[in-house]
Amino acid sequence: MVAGSKVPLRLRVNGEEYEVLAPVHHTLLEVLREELDLTGTKHGCELGECGACAVLIDGQPQISCLILAVEAQGHEITTIEGLAQGSQPHPLQATFAALGAAQCGYCTPGFIITAKALLDHNPRPTRDEIREAISGNLCRCTGYVKIIDAIEQAAARLRGEAPAPVEVS
Amino acid sequence: MAIETPPATTPTIAPPEAPARPLPFDELRIVGHPLPKVDGLAKTLGQTKYADDLKLPRMAYGKLLRSPHQHARILSIDVSEAVALPGVLAIITGKDLPHKYGIMPVSQDEPALAIGKVRYVGEPVAAVAAIDEETAAEACRRIKVHYEPLPAYMTIEEALTKEGEPIQDYGDGRNIHKFVSYEFGDVEEGFREADYIREDLFFYQGNTHLPIEQHACVAYYAPDGKLTLWSSTQTPHYVHRELAAALDMPRSRIRVIATPVGGGFGGKSELFNHEVAACKLAMLCGRPVKIALTREEVFYCHRGRHPVLMKVKTGVKRDGTITAMHFQSYVDGGAYGSYGVASVYYTVTLNTIVQQIPRYKCEAVRVWTNKPPCGPKRGHGLPQPRYALEIHFDKIAHDLGLDVVDMKLRQAVRPFSRTVNYRRITSCALRECIEKVVEASGFRERHGKLPYGRGLGLAASAYMCGAGTAIYWNPMPHSSAMIKLDRGGGVALLQGATDIGQGSDSVMCYLAAEVLGVRVEDIQLLAADTDFTPIDLGSYSSRVTFMMGNAVVEAARKLRKILFEVVAERLGVPPERLTAANRRIFVRDDLTQFVPFDEAVQLAEARYGQLVAAGSYTPPKIYAPYKGSTVGPSPAYSYAACVAEVTCDPETGAVHVDKIWIAHDVGRAVNPLLVEGQVEGSVYMAIGEVLMEEQDFRRGLHKRPSLLDYKSPTAQEMPEIVTFLIENPDPEGPMGAKEAGQGPLLPVPPAVANAVFDAIGVRIDETPITPDKVLRALDNARAGKPARVGPERVPPVQFPPPIKPEVPPEWRHGIPRPEDYPDPASYTQYVGGSGL
Repeated sequence: MVAGSKVPLRLRVNGEEYEVLAPVHHTLLEVLREELDLTGTKHGCELGECGACAVLIDGQPQISCLILAVEAQGHEITTIEGLAQGSQPHPLQATFAALGAAQCGYCTPGFIITAKALLDHNPRPTRDEIREAISGNLCRCTGYVKIIDAIEQAAARLRGEAPAPVEVS
Repeated sequence: MAIETPPATTPTIAPPEAPARPLPFDELRIVGHPLPKVDGLAKTLGQTKYADDLKLPRMAYGKLLRSPHQHARILSIDVSEAVALPGVLAIITGKDLPHKYGIMPVSQDEPALAIGKVRYVGEPVAAVAAIDEETAAEACRRIKVHYEPLPAYMTIEEALTKEGEPIQDYGDGRNIHKFVSYEFGDVEEGFREADYIREDLFFYQGNTHLPIEQHACVAYYAPDGKLTLWSSTQTPHYVHRELAAALDMPRSRIRVIATPVGGGFGGKSELFNHEVAACKLAMLCGRPVKIALTREEVFYCHRGRHPVLMKVKTGVKRDGTITAMHFQSYVDGGAYGSYGVASVYYTVTLNTIVQQIPRYKCEAVRVWTNKPPCGPKRGHGLPQPRYALEIHFDKIAHDLGLDVVDMKLRQAVRPFSRTVNYRRITSCALRECIEKVVEASGFRERHGKLPYGRGLGLAASAYMCGAGTAIYWNPMPHSSAMIKLDRGGGVALLQGATDIGQGSDSVMCYLAAEVLGVRVEDIQLLAADTDFTPIDLGSYSSRVTFMMGNAVVEAARKLRKILFEVVAERLGVPPERLTAANRRIFVRDDLTQFVPFDEAVQLAEARYGQLVAAGSYTPPKIYAPYKGSTVGPSPAYSYAACVAEVTCDPETGAVHVDKIWIAHDVGRAVNPLLVEGQVEGSVYMAIGEVLMEEQDFRRGLHKRPSLLDYKSPTAQEMPEIVTFLIENPDPEGPMGAKEAGQGPLLPVPPAVANAVFDAIGVRIDETPITPDKVLRALDNARAGKPARVGPERVPPVQFPPPIKPEVPPEWRHGIPRPEDYPDPASYTQYVGGSGL
């Protein structure tokens, strides 16, 4: 094998401590997916262009394909798997599912992570502010319409202004 | 989509058993409601396992070595240094996979790894499996390939005129893959009858699918000699067939499982090199092998929109009534066949299903070039001619001073008719679609009257609800489903369709739950597994809701009938009085009399044993009496119309789409939320194609093989979209449903182009409408030249003499009156479907 020697890494992800061995040059995205089996974080370009690999680092949305795992040590990392409270999905996860904002679903974790960062610091964004916040995330299925709807509805729910969606079937 | 002439005698398929009683729409509890998708929460929680998320014990990783040349002979390949690298498990080259394959029976031209020569930059030449991806990549770098460059052909013009070794050694001529040439009715006579004749040239640029999920697969060869491939594919059945050919293995030893597809849009609809390589490597090294492509590699897989140059000449009466049309398309195919034979037909054969065209001549050619093969992208072969025709007719209306809306309504095809080239049209809400968007946008009041720089454009279109013939000729069903009832009330639904994000898993669960009267969450779904799910040809040509939907409804109806029979006996009422919903089978007009669903299953199981039913769907035989007629027939066509409002900046040339009004004739929306999502996604993709997306090349190299350089719309570029679903139930669609995934893309690009003309008076006759072209057109206008940018000439192609089929009797004297059309039953061998 050609890969350089592996280094021990201590990562704090979704509130849990992980100790793993990984090649020193591997990105956070690679280590999350391959060593920690947190495959909810996706890769779409490996170049920081699509936003599918977004995670929160100390609450800020970051492109995990452009960060080395070693750099992420000592920080609080949150992935899509860390948003739900037990079996209770985060309101963004619930509204994305309820409104059809996830079609193929591949870009969805990145959008939800980005949207969470937006709503954490701006609980009442306008549609234009939502557009701007998600403009670094690419989706080829939805035309972004239902994604913006879902973020708006989740914001309202987080503010306690909208009821949880009623189960219809 | 097969292109062979059908056999003279085709076995008649018995229509599905008529339901005991039609299911009235007012009783629908699931269909028509905006329910969440069955896989929605798994996707938003990050739990859905896509192909690249799979990890098997001892899994190895594969990498492909790709050609740096457009066209070159392979003189030698030396793998000795790569083999010596520790961690390398297996290396293969073209000689290890000698069997060529292809999606179309007539284009079996593709080797998994290049044999003898390479035909485009990025074509795979060798493959390596190693203990990790980096070792595999390093091994690829150590493989020495000695090439002898050959003359390369990057354009149609070059392919036809430049000397040198041709790209392929088969086809209809030197560097010509396929010719199409037909004349329906006497076109010259039609032009003589015309008051006005107009001729235009258009070019529609190639562009690519760009799914956010790159192609990935995992192959596993078990000790019992069985091969399993998990892959991000839209067509597990065709991958199964082609893989058997590529590996020269019986299909019974191969299992293909489509993993949830992270975006397809047509780009994952056939067997790919990396899939064959992963399988072969897994067989050689005795370990599972994963190959996950990089973003750049996805651009080399391509199979996207063909670049098409078009010439159209139409004769019309003073009121815009068409007397004749002559349409030519020059299709830049890339280096291999892919779906190309179908694609080239599609650029001409469905031009008759929107406007009534009484005499139609069409000529098309697909030319080999040294680029990644083009194939099917959302709208397959139709966005290009639709762009040409809807702009062409806008120009004609302008030339004649006609109201474009009135002209469109006058030209529109009629419901329950057929076209001059024998396309059967059934339900058709084209007029309603046009009227809806015109009214909602205030088009009549505002078109031509907005201030300089702002404009409105209108266009209409139609698309297939599935290809009416299979890619390989056969008389068997196109979709089948199996339902098994559990005595605990659970329902297992096994069906082969692949969810590519369009929501087919959900649609099938909704339909089964509706007919059986259970809840959606009672359905357990197994999809897209060639060993265990009944056949589905794949998620292409917008066929799944229509075809698999009918199969699921049929299977569910058979079980519903059995359950109603035992419940009727228990309650002492005739089965006709029963209905089912919410896990109960009850008397329609007396809700107190019911049997719970699980009890009904137990009663029936006690009488009949295990409850299993299958349903199948075979399209009606609606091809016509001429060779090549099998590309284009569909059991139904969806219709759409669009108004675009744009702002153009004459200083910068920038075009911004401000708002889109779109109406789509979906028959019946099985889930209006998901149908809206399909329409919005189609509008999005169309805006990308018309304003910015280009798969183009410089000296053989892809100009922009990355997500940053290949521009696609972000949320910032998207306009407001107003969607109207026109529900006009189709007699053969499941519960009346038609397609929604592709049709709504078609009217958007020409509507935007027509709006640009309304805004600043220039015609951009080629996509994408970029600022430089807008500025050039304005410069042309100032210089007294035609205010347009677009192609000026067509390549030197000598088309073969046209096939001249006899036209249907009602078309012999021009456009038929409605009463001239025969009963559709008379030109359909079987009108089945499990409609209402």
